[in-house]
Amino acid sequence: MRAYTWAYLIFLYAPIVLLPLFAFNDSTTIAFPLQGFTTKWFVQLPTIPALTSSVWTSVKIASITAVLSTILGVCAARAAVRYRFIGKRPIMGLIMLPLVLPEIIVAVSLLVVFLQLGLSIGSWSVIAGHTLICMPFAISILNSSFQNIDPALEEASLDLGETRVSTFYRVTLPLIWPGLIASLLISFTISLDEFIIAFFLSSTEPTLPVYLWSQLRFPTKLPVVMALGTLLVCLSILLLALAETLRRRGLRKAGQSTEGGFL
Amino acid sequence: MTMISLSGVNKHYDSYHALRNIDLDIEAGEFFSLLGPSGCGKTTLLRTIAGFEDIESGTLKIAGADMAEVPPNRRPTNMVFQSYAIFPHLNVAQNVAFGLRKSDLSKSEQTRVVGEALEMVGLDGFGARAANALSGGQRQRVALARALVLKPKVLLLDEPLSALDKKLREQMQLELRRLQRQVGITFILVTHDQEEALIMSDRIAVMFEGQIAQLADPQTLYRAPASRKVGEFIGTMNVMPVAQNAGNLTIAGLGQVSDPARDTVSHAGIRPETMSILFPGEPDRDRVAAAKIVDRAYYGDMTYYEVGLDGLDNTLTISMKNLMGREILEIGTPVRISWREDALVFFDQ
Ligand SMILES: Nc1ncnc2c1ncn2[C@@H]1O[C@H](COP(=O)(O)OP(=O)(O)O)[C@@H](O)[C@H]1O
Ligand SMILES: [Mg+2]
Repeated sequence: MRAYTWAYLIFLYAPIVLLPLFAFNDSTTIAFPLQGFTTKWFVQLPTIPALTSSVWTSVKIASITAVLSTILGVCAARAAVRYRFIGKRPIMGLIMLPLVLPEIIVAVSLLVVFLQLGLSIGSWSVIAGHTLICMPFAISILNSSFQNIDPALEEASLDLGETRVSTFYRVTLPLIWPGLIASLLISFTISLDEFIIAFFLSSTEPTLPVYLWSQLRFPTKLPVVMALGTLLVCLSILLLALAETLRRRGLRKAGQSTEGGFL
Repeated sequence: MTMISLSGVNKHYDSYHALRNIDLDIEAGEFFSLLGPSGCGKTTLLRTIAGFEDIESGTLKIAGADMAEVPPNRRPTNMVFQSYAIFPHLNVAQNVAFGLRKSDLSKSEQTRVVGEALEMVGLDGFGARAANALSGGQRQRVALARALVLKPKVLLLDEPLSALDKKLREQMQLELRRLQRQVGITFILVTHDQEEALIMSDRIAVMFEGQIAQLADPQTLYRAPASRKVGEFIGTMNVMPVAQNAGNLTIAGLGQVSDPARDTVSHAGIRPETMSILFPGEPDRDRVAAAKIVDRAYYGDMTYYEVGLDGLDNTLTISMKNLMGREILEIGTPVRISWREDALVFFDQ
């Protein structure tokens, strides 16, 4: 069983280990043996206009996606935890569906819907698609944030003279903020790394992964792509680790167990 | 002056009738308790007064004003929640000052009244302590201070002592009583502990299944319970069937009493401490019956004897002080028991 697990992990992550290896390799061909250490591929990165503009597009899309899916996630998670309403289970199931649906299906069906509606696709449609696939993650994180709040705390605030709105700002928000930040970071990361939806639903402005993919056709660009990929992996790991740390800190603060979660 | 007045209040949870036609008047400055077994609707009634539960019919008035359209944040009530609901992201002083934001007190005045409130509940100097660094008893005090600092007309307490251990609970019972006398605010306490209600309250409403079974002061409640159910819920009540014969009542095991026959009476009750066991050499007094000790429980200061009588299926409990030189009787000993007719209460069922 253990050997199995190791084999699985190596198979899964070996390519990621190769990424930095070739990113620092002083050769235009991606092949062993390694030729020597260089940072020139990294230095070249900011000098390619198409690349920097795709980074900018990606960051913009990821930021808006993160904010949107977190706001919608707060509403959905709060409703799911605090209120009983008819059709709650099917509705929540529907929202969580993109979690198990292949992205290609989400992408193609959204494309069909947008085109049928006569809408021209662009960054906004990528944001819509990304929000759809980020929502389940946002909701799961925020669900546990809300679940960890004793309902009596919000009632106590009302009892002490605050309105429902000011209670949200004075009590609810401070108690869910680690979850809120975690949700923002994870949604941002998912959107930043996502390829299929971005590929299908973007038009003239490619996102970073789409740009990366387009460069794979040019063998001489490969080392630069490797450098970019390395940065992307590092950034993603950093953001996810930060998100998980915050989520755990939030749970610990509420005196809860820190088991479970995505990471 | 009537502080809280409920009339004809009803409340359903889905099909469950949680409050059934509650009529209740609570006086200003009173220490009032809602007492009843778990699930009888005490919390629901308290939350209705606080404004967290809507009522379907009937009216609720606080200090003469109808509360139908008044949300919890604008009611002159404050609540100490069963879980205490201390804000975990705020320290003790910030918790206590939470409700003062909308007051017209200046910052320095707020600091002063928070300090006074903490002193009143015995948490002087705890202001900077983090909320999750408090013990159960301290959390309870913070919750009290946080509510009292707003000088509400009514303080609502939902089983505030049930999470504390026995020693601390007994201490807090006295302290709460002292605090209530000191501030003069109407306290409404929810409890399932009959002893606690007796110790602390001016008046007690006993609730069963969403209804008020009896409302009285502690002594009346204990000595003259309105029904067998109330009598058995509060303290120990020996219950014996009553037969009607020739215009008189005859109590199983104890015999005929001088009370005239009443068709409605079916049982008689008597408290353990109003009966006594006559030790060898003691002369007869009051009414005397022959009995036999079936069981006993030794409590140190007291011994509780279970005695069997001819003509009575159940046993009677008699409590005896363990006075100096008084022997503890063995199981199986035949004894005489002494009781008084004026200690009897009669029940319809
Ligand atoms: N939010 C609710 N939804 C459905 N039933 C409830 C709710 N709150 C209380 N009940 C039911 O109403 C009854 C009275 O509850 P409660 O007032 O909490 O009793 P108590 O405080 O006397 O133990 C119980 O049977 C309980 O199950
Ligand atoms: Mg209760």
